[in-house]
Amino acid sequence: MTIRRRTISIGAAMALSAVGLAAVGLAGCATSNQSPSQSPSQSPTQSLSPTAAKPAALSGTITVFAASSLKETFTKLGAAFEAANPGTKILFSFAASSGLATQITSGAPADVFAAASTTTMTTVVSAGLASSPVTFAKNTMEIAVPPTNPAGIAALADLSQSGVKVALCQVAVPCGSTAAKVFKAAKLTVSAVTLEPDVKSVLGKVELGEVDAGVVYVTDVLAAGSKVLGITIPSSVNATTAYPIAALSGSTNPALAQAFLAYVTSADGQAVLTAAGFAGP
Amino acid sequence: MSPPRGTRRIRANRIPRPLLVPAVLGVALLILPLAGLLIRTPWSHLGAELRSAAAVQALWLSLWTATCATAISVIIGVPLAWILARREFAGRRLLRALVILPLVLPPVVGGVALLLAFGRNGVLGHWLYNSFGFSLPFTPAAVILAQTFVAMPFLIVAVEGALRSSTGELESAAETLGAQPWQVFLRVSLPLIAPSLAAGAVLCWARALGEFGATITFAGSFPGRTQTMPIAVYYALENDPAAAIALSLVLLVVSLCVLVGLRDSWFPVGSGLQDRGVRT
Repeated sequence: MTIRRRTISIGAAMALSAVGLAAVGLAGCATSNQSPSQSPSQSPTQSLSPTAAKPAALSGTITVFAASSLKETFTKLGAAFEAANPGTKILFSFAASSGLATQITSGAPADVFAAASTTTMTTVVSAGLASSPVTFAKNTMEIAVPPTNPAGIAALADLSQSGVKVALCQVAVPCGSTAAKVFKAAKLTVSAVTLEPDVKSVLGKVELGEVDAGVVYVTDVLAAGSKVLGITIPSSVNATTAYPIAALSGSTNPALAQAFLAYVTSADGQAVLTAAGFAGP
Repeated sequence: MSPPRGTRRIRANRIPRPLLVPAVLGVALLILPLAGLLIRTPWSHLGAELRSAAAVQALWLSLWTATCATAISVIIGVPLAWILARREFAGRRLLRALVILPLVLPPVVGGVALLLAFGRNGVLGHWLYNSFGFSLPFTPAAVILAQTFVAMPFLIVAVEGALRSSTGELESAAETLGAQPWQVFLRVSLPLIAPSLAAGAVLCWARALGEFGATITFAGSFPGRTQTMPIAVYYALENDPAAAIALSLVLLVVSLCVLVGLRDSWFPVGSGLQDRGVRT
């Protein structure tokens, strides 16, 4: 009897204290990860206005959630920003905008969100996690084919031929919905062999030659260099997507978040984006 | 803290504090996420979520591809396990290590490897494509291949372990009595390892059902063709979290059933220590 009772009480104690202990444990790990990056002198009042953030005052680390298609440009912008502001560190998480938006609304610790469509940004804004996003670039679609162009793709209409293997983004992702607009405008039915999770996965399947064509952004074809061949989509049917950027209300370093946002929209930032093939806002 | 009051037996059953705290954390870590899934499950419209065409399509695809992958694993995995367990030859250890490598290999790496081997431009796939105009990626066959690659080692390990733990005396006896090696395998070895084979096959099936990384890399994702349950969950999370939770619940229930079914044959509960403590 004694033995049995004791065993039960141990089990019950384990179950009951599990919740509390886990919460404490996880919170402890989370804070210890973040705290060293923050400047102790930073006060929330000075951070709200971007003009007040003098370069010398900036320090610490921010995490920027950015659309896959911004990988090359934002990596470059981040490095340039860090060089101009010693003591700062810009970390990036590149993925499909829709996935990033889900992560943010689920509480992922991020400071800035740069999306590849206003729709994905809206989900974050309407969740109250960001306000007044600014459009900083625009992008259009292009067909990417392997350098050998195995299916002899010459025009958009070729994608609807049977036997042509086409990779697209899944429709929840901005590159997928924008490609769908292109097909609708051109009155084409394109049956893809695969709907990839983000634009870089589409590009990867094209680069490996596993598909005959992929519909990606103009900037992706440019960034891929000689690894793919670009086939222009006529502007009469091409669709445009706007890239909004916003600082997130949950940011632990709003001063740095605003400063990076200001840098992206500055003339210097715009020059990098334009060189990569993005259109101005 | 507590004085040594009870009998020796009771103290033997107590859990030392330094072990209890991490263990409680472990319980929380493993069980809380599942509780979260149950709490957030949209019970009121769960049926509607699961009856949706997309969910049915993904579930059906997952079920039949995982079953095919398991069948292939049994057909080619059992002979392989038998050779590894029963025959001595140069490079056996190396072969064994390579064969079970997918157990520890990140699945997405497996997917890349499959693409480079069986893709249209792959080492083997190139020849397949040029000779027969057939390319494997983005087909249900690619899903099955990816699942087999990742899940078959589970079956091989189970069967090989069973063969190794039996001494082979019955096989020897059968051979002495004039049975051909093939007859010995079919009539003696196979019935001996049947329980382990069944457990290994179920484990293999469950692993195939949950396959994600290798599948999305090698087979891509298209609803009804290559978009299996785990991929459907991943995609649904971005635009329809309720559907993602509903699909996750199905996979959780299936996994639980597998575990309950395997409980005795694969994961022996209580290796005796606890029972003995109470009994003596």
